[in-house]
Amino acid sequence: METVKLTIDNKQIEVQKGTTILKAAREMGIDIPTLCHMELHDLKIENKPGGCRICVVEVQGRRNLAPACITKCDEGMVVRTHNPRVLNARRTVMEFILSDHPKDCLTCPKSGRCELQDMAVRLGIRDIPHQDISEMSTYRLDTSPSIIRDLDKCIMCRRCEMMCNEVQTVGALSGINRGFTAAVAPAFEQNLEYSTCTYCGQCVAVCPTGALTEVDHTPEVLRALADPSKTVVVQTAPAVRAALGEEFGMEPGTSVTGKMAAALRALGFDYVFDTDFAADLTIMEEGTELLGRVDKFLKGDKNVKLPILTSCCPGWINFFENNFPELKDVPSTAKSPQQMFGAIAKTYFADKINIKREDMVVVSVMPCLAKKYERQRPEFSVNGNPDVDYSISTRELASFIKQANIDFLNLSDEEFDRPLGESTGAAVIFGNTGGVIEAAVRTAYELYTGKKLDKVDFEQLRGMEGVRKATIDFNGLPLNIGIAHGLSNARKLLNDVKAGKSEFHAIEIMACPGGCIGGGGQPLHHGDSSILMARAKAIYDEDASKTLRKSHENPYIKQLYDEFLGEPNSEKAHHLLHTHYFDKKKKIIVKQ
Amino acid sequence: MSSIKIELRKEDIDKINEVCASFNNEPLELINVLHKCQEHFGYLPAEVQEVVAEQLNIPVAKVYGVVSFYSFFTMTPHGKHPISICMGTACYVRGAEKVLEEFKKELGIQVGQTTPDGKFSLSSLRCVGACGLAPVVLVGEKTYGRVAPDDVKKILKDYEG
Repeated sequence: METVKLTIDNKQIEVQKGTTILKAAREMGIDIPTLCHMELHDLKIENKPGGCRICVVEVQGRRNLAPACITKCDEGMVVRTHNPRVLNARRTVMEFILSDHPKDCLTCPKSGRCELQDMAVRLGIRDIPHQDISEMSTYRLDTSPSIIRDLDKCIMCRRCEMMCNEVQTVGALSGINRGFTAAVAPAFEQNLEYSTCTYCGQCVAVCPTGALTEVDHTPEVLRALADPSKTVVVQTAPAVRAALGEEFGMEPGTSVTGKMAAALRALGFDYVFDTDFAADLTIMEEGTELLGRVDKFLKGDKNVKLPILTSCCPGWINFFENNFPELKDVPSTAKSPQQMFGAIAKTYFADKINIKREDMVVVSVMPCLAKKYERQRPEFSVNGNPDVDYSISTRELASFIKQANIDFLNLSDEEFDRPLGESTGAAVIFGNTGGVIEAAVRTAYELYTGKKLDKVDFEQLRGMEGVRKATIDFNGLPLNIGIAHGLSNARKLLNDVKAGKSEFHAIEIMACPGGCIGGGGQPLHHGDSSILMARAKAIYDEDASKTLRKSHENPYIKQLYDEFLGEPNSEKAHHLLHTHYFDKKKKIIVKQ
Repeated sequence: MSSIKIELRKEDIDKINEVCASFNNEPLELINVLHKCQEHFGYLPAEVQEVVAEQLNIPVAKVYGVVSFYSFFTMTPHGKHPISICMGTACYVRGAEKVLEEFKKELGIQVGQTTPDGKFSLSSLRCVGACGLAPVVLVGEKTYGRVAPDDVKKILKDYEG
């Protein structure tokens, strides 16, 4: 390994050749401020366009200041990170960035967690000159089912563009125009709705300012809670409990399941249920479908579609409907847990408590922004009444709890209500990449082999590698399993499936890096991937702490089949719990 | 703006495909492909960009990103008589800006726009190599030298009828 020696702020350091000044300085504990730069180390994601110039440093012998994030260390380099020239330059850069930025911080949805605001504080900005010579851009507000774009607040850090194009290969966003009107937008500045956007929300997750935010549905939820004629039911996704605490200053990786249930009850929800129940149900349906397809395949059926692809993730569903419509009969037909929950709540449970579906409001709390879009798909409604009425993100729930002056940190743990609040460890791991397929393996193995698993932990399915492969021995039948998280990784596996080269029987795909724990609706990680690692650990710990860790052992799932659905993949189950997909690829039409 | 329907005549699609193929459908040749397409169509409407994106297998957002960045590329068709005002240093110091303002006023359009009747379009460019004639105005292939704001009406009259 070739190294170079250099001096930063009068201290010597030896680093690997090719290291940037920014990284070398951080190794020494010198925290050069950055704005556009972002690195998610564990996921191998880095954005360094060298655009904002906040990280400039002085390199002896160079005429101009150098951006630390893209300048590589050289032998004998002498770097100053905070002399008066550097500090003045940083301040000027910041003043220029702010000069054409809206000043509505008080009412901005990003206020309080805005990196631009934080930087203004850090650099001690007390005045914003140059406003007379800068032009405020006047982009219109674009509201899609999930995401709001307010491009007047774009500072051209291009993190969203990098996430959309490189990490997700969705290609909905690109830098457009130049000068004061430069922004990141879909083609022809169309609304996001008409682009290839999957609503994964990774652009929102990394946006340092208020340019990209989620559509806030808390006012509608509040209205439903205030309406005495409505029974309001809430469901919470697995990944929410592993991250919600961060919004209240708790250590990343603190699981707050009990406090969350207590807070939801305090907010006034009539029934506090758990999407984890529906995750167990998903495993029953998807696992049975998997075994059915494998069985047909082993019996020589040439028409059977393998590998089966998981269908829990709505960002991923949007992705293949846009990009791989020819494969639309390959994924499992099982609805996502959010939608299975809605369908069961408004039939089985509404019957149980003897109310009409129109009088029930189902609210979901999700780590995800694509869920907002998913819940309003027309196929998930009955006579115009949606199975899930509102979907709010982890961030929105936190804000709601704060608005209601609930002392979250000091809440005593409470349990979910029954029957739709009971779940197994298999359900909670849905929140991590690899979790859905691990849960499916636990159940499919026991159903297929008739044997009990000695060990339910499948370490070979865990981890943060973008694409993972494992073979699980199903009593002599080697089942090849693929896992991808991040849509660029999904695309690789999909291209193989399309070319007929896939070696897998089953593939799990999650749109967001890390799975739902890294979802677009989660507390902002601000480029710190150790937060995602801590959330993943919290999820596996919660699974390990459960007595029941296999979906088919959930007594309330058994009861649901006994009382209502019959058996997995029954006609009734198909009607309520399965769906179909659409070809949404743009077509070029020949004009006659 | 609402969703764009990508509808083109077969010969136009074939032409774009041919241009892309001549660059081996190489994404790195995007700018060259766009140049050829604009040469053929006179401008780059959304539909053309969609087909280019499909052929080069790149997001149409990227294609639009390039088209909107470079001032040479245009998404509005040129007028029958495209007017270009030189804003190079020599023309600029001899009052090209005032000439441009006069054209804007007379035609009621901004730079980059075309009159509603499709007759004139307005653009500015940098140095046509005729600095001795500054300020210079081009209308189609024809060059006008030493143009003063008062001449604008007269120039436009040449293209009446």
